[in-house]
Amino acid sequence: MNMIYLLIGCSILLALMFLLAFFWMIKSGQNDDTFTPAVRILFDDEVAEREIQISDEDHA
Amino acid sequence: MTEKFYYDNKIVRNFAVATIVWGIIGMTVGLLAAMQLFKPELNMGSQYTTFGRIRPLHTNAVIFAFVGNAIFMGVYYSLQRLLKARMFSDMLSKIHFWGWQLIIVSAVITLPLGFTSSHEYAELEWPIDIAITVIWVVFGINMFGTIIKRREQHMYVAIWFYIATFVTVAVLHIVNSFQLPISLFKSYYLYAGVQDALVQWWYGHNAVAFFLTTPYLGMMYYFLPKMANRPVYSYKLSILHFWSLIFIYIWAGPHHLLYTSLPSWAQSLGVVFSIMLIAPSWGGMINGLLTLRGAWDKVREDATLKFMVVGLTAYGMATFEGPMLALKQINAIAHYTDWIVAHVHVGALGWNGFLTFGILYWLIPRIYRTPLYSKKLAAFHFWIGTLGIIFYAVPLYFAGFTQGLMWKQFTEDGMLKYPNFLETLLQIIPMYVLRAIGGAMYLIGVIVMTYNIIKTARAGKLLANEPAEAQPLSKTYEAVGSDKKIHRILERKPMVFMVLSLIVILIGGMIEMMPTFTIKSNIPTISSVKPYSPLELQGRDLYIREGCVSCHSQMIRPFRSETERYGEYSKAGEFVYDHPFLWGSKRIGPDLAREGDKYSNAWHFNHLLDPQTMSPGSIMPPYEWLINQKLDTTTTIAKINAMRTLGVPYEPGFEHKANSHLNNQAKEIAADLRKSNVRVQSDKEIIAIIAYLQRLGTDIKAK
Repeated sequence: MNMIYLLIGCSILLALMFLLAFFWMIKSGQNDDTFTPAVRILFDDEVAEREIQISDEDHA
Repeated sequence: MTEKFYYDNKIVRNFAVATIVWGIIGMTVGLLAAMQLFKPELNMGSQYTTFGRIRPLHTNAVIFAFVGNAIFMGVYYSLQRLLKARMFSDMLSKIHFWGWQLIIVSAVITLPLGFTSSHEYAELEWPIDIAITVIWVVFGINMFGTIIKRREQHMYVAIWFYIATFVTVAVLHIVNSFQLPISLFKSYYLYAGVQDALVQWWYGHNAVAFFLTTPYLGMMYYFLPKMANRPVYSYKLSILHFWSLIFIYIWAGPHHLLYTSLPSWAQSLGVVFSIMLIAPSWGGMINGLLTLRGAWDKVREDATLKFMVVGLTAYGMATFEGPMLALKQINAIAHYTDWIVAHVHVGALGWNGFLTFGILYWLIPRIYRTPLYSKKLAAFHFWIGTLGIIFYAVPLYFAGFTQGLMWKQFTEDGMLKYPNFLETLLQIIPMYVLRAIGGAMYLIGVIVMTYNIIKTARAGKLLANEPAEAQPLSKTYEAVGSDKKIHRILERKPMVFMVLSLIVILIGGMIEMMPTFTIKSNIPTISSVKPYSPLELQGRDLYIREGCVSCHSQMIRPFRSETERYGEYSKAGEFVYDHPFLWGSKRIGPDLAREGDKYSNAWHFNHLLDPQTMSPGSIMPPYEWLINQKLDTTTTIAKINAMRTLGVPYEPGFEHKANSHLNNQAKEIAADLRKSNVRVQSDKEIIAIIAYLQRLGTDIKAK
């Protein structure tokens, strides 16, 4: 049962470390540019993409 | 400067075909299993098609064949485009494809034959386990080879999820496959009892996490933005939820073992981390749904996006429900009932199924360079599939609460209100019928999709090698601005990324497993618990072969409602010789942990021959083949030796006396049966299984 106090202590310490890491991440501007990587995948310029005609015709 | 190259679409097409074919097969087997729960005769009187053997066939087929092939389809399509490179090696792609199909075929053959390790979702025997490892490594080499020769510095978030999937599934599969072979298709797990249970559910839960979730999140991050033509809602959120998801998920396994003999500190860890899992899971769902901001008008028109939206919503529901089910109070009612079956099917049918369908509808027209044959049929598929999920899940939720509460109901006099287990089962049979209807609707949708996709493919032509061009990676890359930030650097370093995710996923498992394996007080020994006799051991292996564990648990939880019904609750020390553990996860029939000495040998004989005669209305199928088939005693020596190697204290030289010991015990049982006018030869399989059933729980049974 005494183990629980050690575990609570460890958990809080770990949570604090994560919190500090999070604050550091914000402050040091780790996420200043989250736009480029997200958008880049949309500009593939695929051949297949170019050749598919968008058609509203339905065969069924 | 610009390099020209070709994307390999043929391998994507092949995996797509395999996805559809195995999907239909896996779901049909599932439907057959579901129907046997209200009409046991649908096993067609054959041992090879009886519930206990086809249930693992269904789960393996939908998880590893349907979802597995869909993962490879999605990964091979998106990886090439995200990295601007053809797959590393066409030969490895081919080996990967055919190797995986061969593994599935071997599962389709061995599982109905009764070759099973009994670990859920890891039933395949050791030679197939080795084949899976080899093919998985082939996949890994092919993936990392492609990453190394990429033409795009940055690894998009989808690829992080693929990397985490690769390393974690490898670790899970290897650790959960430590078996000692005794013949080509039979082996014993190195772990026993509590430890075996912990390893199994660490594996089982993370098969959900890293086979059904992370690769699909990766695919969601690629295909959804492409379909909606919108960037992912928050790249920051994807970083946060990726790391927290893989770190937290690995701890959650013990929530499958609440109130069992697993040490309670491990149970508590499982609960706490399961609750925390809501955050990263919903991070993924929110990131997906909000990607559609400003594109909801498209969702109205486009069945593909509808599939994605319902899939993500099902993911959100299942990942909210999961943590709730991990609360001890709720788990006490839900565990062993159909609630759990409903829960996993919301995830499997909604999240995995619908995302797969959405991706197929989007991808097939692109690689065949023609519009989808019919949008109306796709819309029909969407609606019948959605209705199918509802008709599947709602009756099972109802069945789960009903039965879970009936098990716990006491009368005013403090007696069990429903002492007969069968009564609680008969109450929910109509729900089983409705569930099968829901499943059938879902399957019809898949068949309609197959027709639609075949028609589409016929109308177009596969662009097997799709031309593309990109600049090669510059050898002297200088990061500027945001690219100098830590995580952005990591996003350019695949190997470091892999090692880091490996460390992150190892922590939880190690902290839960090391103490359970090393500290003695976790599993207090009980001196009256003795190894199984040779006949009981053989009987136990028949119990495993027939898949009895699919319907019968062997784990009495410490509730009065359970000790009244089944007897003294199960203790950790009772299972120290159980390689593998057979606690089970579902009670379609009653728990058997204290079955020994409850009924006469003749009762068991008649019950196995025709359960209906002893329990009218029972949905257990007859096992008449156990009476006709001769017990194979040639394996006894190898089995005793193997068990001794694993630490079971059979005295030296016992293996040579084992078969005469076995024959004597069998003759005693046959003689006892004869007293009740049951004539059966003592060398039949049924004698061994009766011996095992009569042994269950008797070591510490209060007389």
